[in-house]
Amino acid sequence: MSNIASAFKNGKAFIPFITCGDPDLETTGKIVREMAAKGADLIELGIPFSDPTAEGPVIQAANIRALSGGVTTDKIFEFVKELRRDVKIPLVFMTYANVVFSYDAERFMARCCETGIGGVILPDLPFEEKDEFLPICRQYGVDLISLIAPTSADRIAMIAREADGFIYVVSSLGVTGVRSEITTDVESIVRVIRENTSVPCAIGFGISTPEQAAKMSQYADGVIVGSAIVRQIGEYGKDSPAHVGEYVAQMKNAIK
Amino acid sequence: MADKKGRFGVHGGQYIPETLMNAVIELEKEYEYYKNDPEFIRELDDLLKKYAGRPSLLYYAEKLTNTLGGAKIYLKREDLNHTGSHKINNVLGQALLAKKMGKTRLIAETGAGQHGVATATAAALLGMECVVFMGEEDTKRQALNVYRMRLLGATVVPVTSGTATLKDAVSEAMREWTSRIDDTHYCLGSVMGPHPFPTIVRDFQAVISKEAREQILEYEGRLPDAVIACVGGGSNAIGSFYNFIGDESVRLIGCEAAGRGIDTFETAATVNTGRLGIFHGMKSYFCQDEYGQIAPVYSISAGLDYPGVGPEHAYLHDIGRAEYVPITDDEAVNAFEFLSRTEGIIPAIESAHAIAYAMKLAPTMDKDKIIIVTVSGRGDKDCAAIARYRGEDIYE
Repeated sequence: MSNIASAFKNGKAFIPFITCGDPDLETTGKIVREMAAKGADLIELGIPFSDPTAEGPVIQAANIRALSGGVTTDKIFEFVKELRRDVKIPLVFMTYANVVFSYDAERFMARCCETGIGGVILPDLPFEEKDEFLPICRQYGVDLISLIAPTSADRIAMIAREADGFIYVVSSLGVTGVRSEITTDVESIVRVIRENTSVPCAIGFGISTPEQAAKMSQYADGVIVGSAIVRQIGEYGKDSPAHVGEYVAQMKNAIK
Repeated sequence: MADKKGRFGVHGGQYIPETLMNAVIELEKEYEYYKNDPEFIRELDDLLKKYAGRPSLLYYAEKLTNTLGGAKIYLKREDLNHTGSHKINNVLGQALLAKKMGKTRLIAETGAGQHGVATATAAALLGMECVVFMGEEDTKRQALNVYRMRLLGATVVPVTSGTATLKDAVSEAMREWTSRIDDTHYCLGSVMGPHPFPTIVRDFQAVISKEAREQILEYEGRLPDAVIACVGGGSNAIGSFYNFIGDESVRLIGCEAAGRGIDTFETAATVNTGRLGIFHGMKSYFCQDEYGQIAPVYSISAGLDYPGVGPEHAYLHDIGRAEYVPITDDEAVNAFEFLSRTEGIIPAIESAHAIAYAMKLAPTMDKDKIIIVTVSGRGDKDCAAIARYRGEDIYE
């Protein structure tokens, strides 16, 4: 069992995503601390991947910026170790299956355990393939986070019943990115999830405004925001921590 | 050969976003039904014969054989198919299947443009909408094919992300599919991606070796000693190998694009230089760095310029049933010119990789031995690029 549950004990959880090393790890550290101070309950740290097939243009660009800056999985583990001296809120990694597989899953999860990473989100590892890493995740107490999509339909119950940590409810079809409107019937999806598990649900994909966050938080236990934050980092670079902090405060306030 | 979860040994699988899972499950179910449906089989057979021009010729290249002075060389002429390559075999099957499934729109990735042209062709014929994703770099290398696709009524989307080549076109087509599934079928062009694609594409391409096996038995009264085909993702190669896999005396040889050489970074020879990984929906061999970042690959051939290989090839390599050899740009270009001059057949630069290996292998074999080389496509599309390679600028 990880420490993820504690993220859902402070009202509705606000869960920001950022890509590690965008524009550099020093700035990532400042952003993480700023977000934690301004009310983030759990932070998703992206380990960049060269070909992020589930991401829209904004996060794709962040992955490229980070990789061209020379960030690697090893440097990110060192970075998290340093972060853990003062950052106490739950942290999870979001990356792609090949990053974990190539590092050696056992070595990867052991280092997650050692640096206090509570979970791993892998958008290209569906229910059918989770045995690739699940036994190792359980061995090291790292939650393998399950995703449920607008198209999951008859699969929702099956996925929910075996979920650990929290469930990532994908609010929209397509890839990550800001959307003006979310049309998926998230309420019905969450209802089926609730019938099958007590693991908390957080909704992500497409959310950017306090109004959207407030609306989505009525249905679930938390709200995930990625592209809207990454876009600010792309725009302000090293000066982004203050901007992102202010945004996080506003979003957390909207869902309280 | 694939088991229930679409595995070929450790390779294959379904490493895709949850959003696509019900789509591939439905595709598998429908395919399992239609592949045994007499009406579907008859319709596809009819299209292959009356529209695509099958069976393709198995041609005895006598002059090539005599010039090289070794084994007898037969060419399986997939270049003579309608649209100019083997891609049409798979596309007609998938488009017909998609239509039966009630889909009205086809999306596809393309490298050299041959699969894009074939998809646009099938979409035109069957009255479906078509969108083709193509790396921006490739739209420049293969401008003629871009025009052909547009002429056929397709929309061509140049992909600028990553290296702007085939792998990025696949990523973009996958992204598009996650955003629009209801009316859209992703007509994947090679034996790659998540299950059931590697199996479906292989089954539709297996017609190559089904015919070749019958033809060689008719002409020579015996099986060949070697079958040679080029491998990018590996669809014409698996199609050429499939019906010979059980015949242990037949060597199966896949020719990978070595680009400027397998000891350089400018290569796309996945089996020779890559290692096991998970990407584009499958576990297989990929060119990647120590942290699993997919490597930017290079080949003169846009169709072989891909950092992975289909899972069934990875498996055939693991069990030693097939061999995978690297062929450089230089060797391929020489073979492109050599076949043109000796036989009056201009092969696609992709297929020229297979010809290049036959040129090495044939002279080492006795004259009573037989080699079948698959000419996967015609080379008209490559003439401008090869001219540039030789320092001559021509206007298309």
